[in-house]
Amino acid sequence: MSVLRVALLIAAKDLRIERRSRTALHTATLFAVLVLLTVVFARDGGSVSLLTLAPSVLWITIALSSLVALNRAFTLEREHAALEGILLAPVPRSALFLGKWLANLAFVSLVMTITFPLWILFYGVAVTPALFAVAAVALLASIGVTAIGTVFSAMAVRTRHAELLLPVLMLPFLLPPIFFAAQSTVRLLAGRPLDELWGSFRFLLLYDVAFATMAALLFPAVVDE
Amino acid sequence: MPDAASAERQIRRGRAVTLIALLGLAVLYVMALQFTPPERTMGLVQKLYYVHPPAAYAMQLAFLTTGLCSLLYLLLRDERFDLFAEASAEVGMVMGMIVVITGPIWGRPAWGVWWAWEPRLTFTVLELLVFGGYFALRGAVRDPQERAKFAAVLGMMALVLVPFNHLTVYYFASQHPEPVALRAGKPALPFEMLRTFLTGFGVFTVLYIGLAMQRYGIGVRAAHQEVADA
Repeated sequence: MSVLRVALLIAAKDLRIERRSRTALHTATLFAVLVLLTVVFARDGGSVSLLTLAPSVLWITIALSSLVALNRAFTLEREHAALEGILLAPVPRSALFLGKWLANLAFVSLVMTITFPLWILFYGVAVTPALFAVAAVALLASIGVTAIGTVFSAMAVRTRHAELLLPVLMLPFLLPPIFFAAQSTVRLLAGRPLDELWGSFRFLLLYDVAFATMAALLFPAVVDE
Repeated sequence: MPDAASAERQIRRGRAVTLIALLGLAVLYVMALQFTPPERTMGLVQKLYYVHPPAAYAMQLAFLTTGLCSLLYLLLRDERFDLFAEASAEVGMVMGMIVVITGPIWGRPAWGVWWAWEPRLTFTVLELLVFGGYFALRGAVRDPQERAKFAAVLGMMALVLVPFNHLTVYYFASQHPEPVALRAGKPALPFEMLRTFLTGFGVFTVLYIGLAMQRYGIGVRAAHQEVADA
């Protein structure tokens, strides 16, 4: 079997488990909604409009709920010592990485897809074609982020404080892409022309390529016994 | 791994080097306060200039070394690289602390604010956060080999993050002074100031080496203890 085929099988297995139980998806979505609401409650309604906060809130919500979602990837494997099973099978480590990454990317995208309309609704964001570009930025940012998350969650799950450690490891790596994603969102919502965004797009693309490569190279070292 | 006796030797040697560095630091203080003219507009607070940039450079040197040792550990699986990566990262944290403590002391009189979100400050904070995570990770893994492996993976990732952090903070509005000594062309600094400034770099290099040697020896000692306890 080719690496890609094995990777797709692993990703499909993860997503099938998720589809049947739906606990992680429900929890991550609920969490995202709660973050959206927290800002509404923590705001001075008289002086700061929701629309001013909207771009920041979107990225804070995506960042935090991605962390919750990424925790899921390897806890599942740990619970039933399932990872040992996969590692014993004649599966190349690169296929395992690719599979886990694809599953994480699909899962995070799903959480974002549910969060996105709620964000538009709660924060009174105007529905314009620019929102497609915002969604594209989100997808672009999540490629690199989930690649890093796949490696870090594989490490964190084998430590003593997995749930606490993953955010602490991940957030410093999330800050640069969040900066550019938020900058582009501000410009898109203000109706600025697309060519103002090339800088941010290039940064995110470079970030994706660099960290996807690093993650793929380093992942085998993490799961090796 | 080096034996326990050589660890003690390493600590003693490191102590000697650190002592030399501390003497150098005393000389640097005297030079800065007594034999270097005060800066015209900033006055006395400008003396921090002989400590702050050298500490920032030592932090970068330390974290870069951690990244390179991480790479070498993953390639060669020699635990000495892991122990030195840890030692260097810890010294880097201390140097970073010196940077973020001296910075505001200078910033308040010079800028009027203790803290500003401008490129160099933000970059330093990002570095300290990544390596804070590095120690959190080390502390959370019990098995020494697994700890070394995970730490090296994070160290490598951190190395790749550095240029991205640079690209990001580039967009923060800068009010930090541009380098006046280390720049293309002639340094825009009187000779006495330049002399003190470069002495600072020398002293902090020796200080980094001394502290890292000691910390490495302590790491080797702790590793032996861990084996004995297991």
